[in-house]
Amino acid sequence: MSTIAPQRPATTSVTRRPPVKRSAWARLRRWSSAHLIQVYMAVAFVYLFVPIAYTMAFSFNNGGRSNLVWRGFTLDNWKNPCGAPDVCSALGNSVKIGFIATFVATVLGTMIAFALVRHRFRGRTAINLIIFLPMATPEVVLGASLLATFLNAKVNPGFWTIVTAHVMFCISFVVVTVKARLAGLDPRLEQAAMDLYANEYETFRRITLPLVMPGIAAAALLSFSLSFDDFIITNFNSGAVNTFPKFVYVSANRGIPAQANVIGSAMFILALVIVLVGQAVGRRRAR
Amino acid sequence: MAAQFTAAAPSPVGLPPARRRHGRWTPYLLLLPGMGWLALFFVTPVFTLMSQAMQTRPDGAPVGYFRQTWNVGHYWTSLQEYWPWFVRSFGYALIATIVALAIAFPLAYAIAFKSGRAKNLLLVLVVAPFFVSFILRTIAWKQILADQGPVVSMLQTVGLLGDNGRILSTPVAVLSGIIYNFLPFMTLPIYASLERMDRRLTEAASDLYANGWTSLRKVTVPLAMPGIIAGTLLTFIPAAGDYVNAALLGNRDTAMIGNVIDARFLRLSDYPTAAALSLVLMLSILVIVGVYVRRTGTEELV
Repeated sequence: MSTIAPQRPATTSVTRRPPVKRSAWARLRRWSSAHLIQVYMAVAFVYLFVPIAYTMAFSFNNGGRSNLVWRGFTLDNWKNPCGAPDVCSALGNSVKIGFIATFVATVLGTMIAFALVRHRFRGRTAINLIIFLPMATPEVVLGASLLATFLNAKVNPGFWTIVTAHVMFCISFVVVTVKARLAGLDPRLEQAAMDLYANEYETFRRITLPLVMPGIAAAALLSFSLSFDDFIITNFNSGAVNTFPKFVYVSANRGIPAQANVIGSAMFILALVIVLVGQAVGRRRAR
Repeated sequence: MAAQFTAAAPSPVGLPPARRRHGRWTPYLLLLPGMGWLALFFVTPVFTLMSQAMQTRPDGAPVGYFRQTWNVGHYWTSLQEYWPWFVRSFGYALIATIVALAIAFPLAYAIAFKSGRAKNLLLVLVVAPFFVSFILRTIAWKQILADQGPVVSMLQTVGLLGDNGRILSTPVAVLSGIIYNFLPFMTLPIYASLERMDRRLTEAASDLYANGWTSLRKVTVPLAMPGIIAGTLLTFIPAAGDYVNAALLGNRDTAMIGNVIDARFLRLSDYPTAAALSLVLMLSILVIVGVYVRRTGTEELV
């Protein structure tokens, strides 16, 4: 508020009287309040980044098997990220599961979003409720109920039960994300395409889909990160199959190997780069 | 058609543009695969849970063997036995939500209004903790809060903590883990609604002689309410069901209901109790969410 005020003298002159003393005092107060929040912001970001810095620092620890105490700097862990047993097979499973679940959930969720925004049909309320409920249900309940169902059906938990579970909890997030994008779309663009003799398929391919694409991409990224990072539901439905979060959790008691920190740090940097590049590209397009 | 051309705003969600050429069945075909998946792997499991909660283990049967006896009372007996864990879970979730709100609101406010050109970058930084695995983050806290760790020794030097005092394995550790892990869920929705706010409204407030505090209380916070509600829900729900923080940062006295469900199900093969507790947890969260949403008067959550 105060930062905008000087640019609008017409409105501010009505409220602020000229005495010099008071305005200096006001300016001081405004300055301190403006900077107080910046200091606060800095502290908050330090707080947010402490565990990340810790994880990254300990990826360089010469700690051997139990990475609990700092024992000196080494690059060995980064040179040999698969050095600890099972780390890379768990990571491989997580990536595979993430890709499959993301693909399926994105396709299914996008279809639902199109149906919800672009069509009239009976039972909309019920559908909305069924999409909302998984997001309002704690993971432990989702995981336990699904495992109970698998056990009842005599399905052994393993790779595909994890994929199934991940698709299930990703669909709702895809629907919400794509729906938001689709609802914000100007319908006149599609009408214009139709007026220019595009048929429905062409309109969809050339107008609707490209415009919704950022939403679909965001949904896919969200799905992948949800799937990749999921522990609770996976832990219930994985049987003997290991994923990266499960590996870290299970080895936490003995002390996790530094290689897990290496992989965590590398994923962090990769994700950060993807998001920043995505933003830069988006900004250039917008220009 | 003509009406739609003159309408300045895109059509709201409830009124899709008329498309007569579409087949009647198109929406159902679009819905079928996804909703079928949810029906099979979300709705059915909830009912499975419901029936499993009423099973009993016959005398002398092996561990993990149960027979359906429609023992409705099992919900009640499980609740009777485990209500302290429920109370603790909801208590922790409530405290974590309030503290996270207190941290997140000024942060979201600062990013929305005081960050200038760095806004997008700061937004990415808020989400950045999510790029490190949830479990790894929590383990990092375990090491930071450890007895020989930096936080404990600092607090001991200042005198806030006794020589034998510790943070790990206390409710404080569990709470700080929960608060940290769900903070971005709180910050982002609040930021989103602050960002959408018309800033001329606070100018108007100050023109009408409201001081900074009054205009915050009477203009900014009410306008940020949808974000605050979404953020509190996104924090409270996973916090109430979480057991990772309690398992890694706490001890037996800080166990939450998620820990009980996990242990009953995976370690003790006591499926009926785990199922009953899961359902009670799910229902109580839905009731809390329902009451909260009605009280605060927002309907646009989905």
